[in-house]
Amino acid sequence: MIEISVKKQLGSVGIRAAFSISAPGITAIFGDSGAGKTSVINMIAGLIRPDEGSVRVHGTTLFDSKSRVNVAMHKRRIGYVFQDGRLFPHLDVKQNLLYGAHNRTSRATLNENQDGAESGGPLTSRSLSDVGELLGITHLFVRRPGQLSGGEKQRVAIGRALLANPRLLLMDEPLASLDAPRKNELLPYIARLPAEVGVPVIYVTHSMDEIERLADQVLYMRDGIATEFGPTEEVLNKPGSSYRRSALL
Amino acid sequence: MINLNSLLSPVELEALLLSIRVSFWAVAAGLPFGILCGFVLARYSFPGKMLVDGLLHLPLVTPPVVVGYLLLVLFGRNGIIGSWLAEVFNVTLVFTWQGAALASAVMAFPLMVRAIRLSIEAVDRRLEAAAATLGAHPLRVFFTITLPLSIPGVIAGVVLGFARSLGEFGATITFASNIPGATRTLPLALYTLLQVPGGEASAMRLAVISLLISILALVLAEFLSLRQKRRIEGHA
Repeated sequence: MIEISVKKQLGSVGIRAAFSISAPGITAIFGDSGAGKTSVINMIAGLIRPDEGSVRVHGTTLFDSKSRVNVAMHKRRIGYVFQDGRLFPHLDVKQNLLYGAHNRTSRATLNENQDGAESGGPLTSRSLSDVGELLGITHLFVRRPGQLSGGEKQRVAIGRALLANPRLLLMDEPLASLDAPRKNELLPYIARLPAEVGVPVIYVTHSMDEIERLADQVLYMRDGIATEFGPTEEVLNKPGSSYRRSALL
Repeated sequence: MINLNSLLSPVELEALLLSIRVSFWAVAAGLPFGILCGFVLARYSFPGKMLVDGLLHLPLVTPPVVVGYLLLVLFGRNGIIGSWLAEVFNVTLVFTWQGAALASAVMAFPLMVRAIRLSIEAVDRRLEAAAATLGAHPLRVFFTITLPLSIPGVIAGVVLGFARSLGEFGATITFASNIPGATRTLPLALYTLLQVPGGEASAMRLAVISLLISILALVLAEFLSLRQKRRIEGHA
C-alpha cells in the first residue's frame, strides 16, 4: 500500500496530489508539461521536501509534516529512473548496476539481518544476472555509458534502480529523449517489470500511447493539481473528466 | 640512466632533493584540506563565505615575505601556535625543512583550492542525487561520484601547487631561513650562488633543472588530466 498526500508551492504553481495505490502494477502520472508530475515523484523520492502532507510506502512513513518525519533520500529505498538516465560516466555498466546493490546489501547485512542467506553477496550476483537477462543488457557489462545508445542507457538505468532492491520504482518520462524505434525497443521491458520483479511502478509521462500500453491506473494532473485517479480505462473514458476537457480544448 | 652525481655538485644535488621533498610534503599535507575547502566553497553558502574565500586567497596577493613574517609570528618559538607545538609535541618548525614545507604549503594552497573548487563546481549534481536514490550515504556519494569526477581538477591543483612550492622563495627564507641541507631549496641555493663570485655556472645549472622539473610536471599533469577526462567520457 502506497499512500501519498503532498502539497508544495513552487513559484507560482501550487502542487497538490493525494492518492493511494494498493494494487501492484504501473501507475501513470499523466498531464501536460509543467503540470507538476515530476515534482510529485521528486517529493516521494525525497528530492524535494513537501510543504505539507505525508508519504507512506508499505507501512513505513517516509515523510510526515505533522510528526516531522523526513527520511533521508538514501534511506528511503525508492528507485528512480530519470529521464536522462544519469549513469555514472566514470564507471562501467556492471559497476553502475552494482552501485546501489552494494549500498543495500551492506546495510541489510549490518542492520536488518532478516535473512542471512539472502543478504550477502550471492543475492547480488544472482540478481545481477537476472536483471541483466530481464533487460537484455548482459552483453553491455564491460562498456562505459559513453559507448551506449539512448535505449541501452535507459535499460541500464532501470537495472541499476532494480538492483538497489527498491520497495517502489519511480520513472520520470524514461522514453522522452528516445526516438520511436528505441521507444518501441524499451516499452516491452518496462511493461514486464511489475510481474517479473514485483515492485510497484509510478510512471510519469505525457504520452497517451505509453499510458495505453503500460498503465494499470492513472493519476491525471493539471496546473499542479491531481484531478483524476483510477483505473486507466475509467479515467480516460470518464465523461466530463478534466483529461477529456483538456484533450478537447 | 642519467647519473645526477656526475651532472650536479653535492650542494646542487642536495638543494634539488630538498626542494622535491619540501614540495612533495607541502602538497601532500595541503591536499586533504584543499579538497575540503574546495568542496565547502563549491557547495555551501554560509555567512562570512566571502571573508573565508578572501583569506584563503590572501597568499596569492600578499608579498611572500609578509606571509613568512606572519608564519614566524604564529609558528615561531614564541608564537601562539609555535610555543604550543614545542610544549606539547616538542616540535619546532622554524629553521627546519618542515618549516620550509609549511611556508610552501601556505603559498601553494590558494592555487590548489581554486583548481579543485572549479572542478567540483563542474560536477553534475544530478548524478549525486541519482547516487542518493540508490541508497548511497553522502560520504559514499562524495568518495565514489564527486571526487572521481573532479580528479582532473585535483591533478591540476596538485601540479600547480607543486610548481608553486618549487619556486617558493620569500616566505621560506623569512620563516625557515637559508640553511644548507635543511632549508636551502633550489631557489634559495640559486640566490646564494649568485651572491658569491664564480657561482654563475652552478646557478645556471640549477635554473635549467628548475625549468625542466616545471615543464615535466606540466606535461605529466596534462597527460593525466587528459587520460582521466577520456576515461570519464567513456572513450578509454
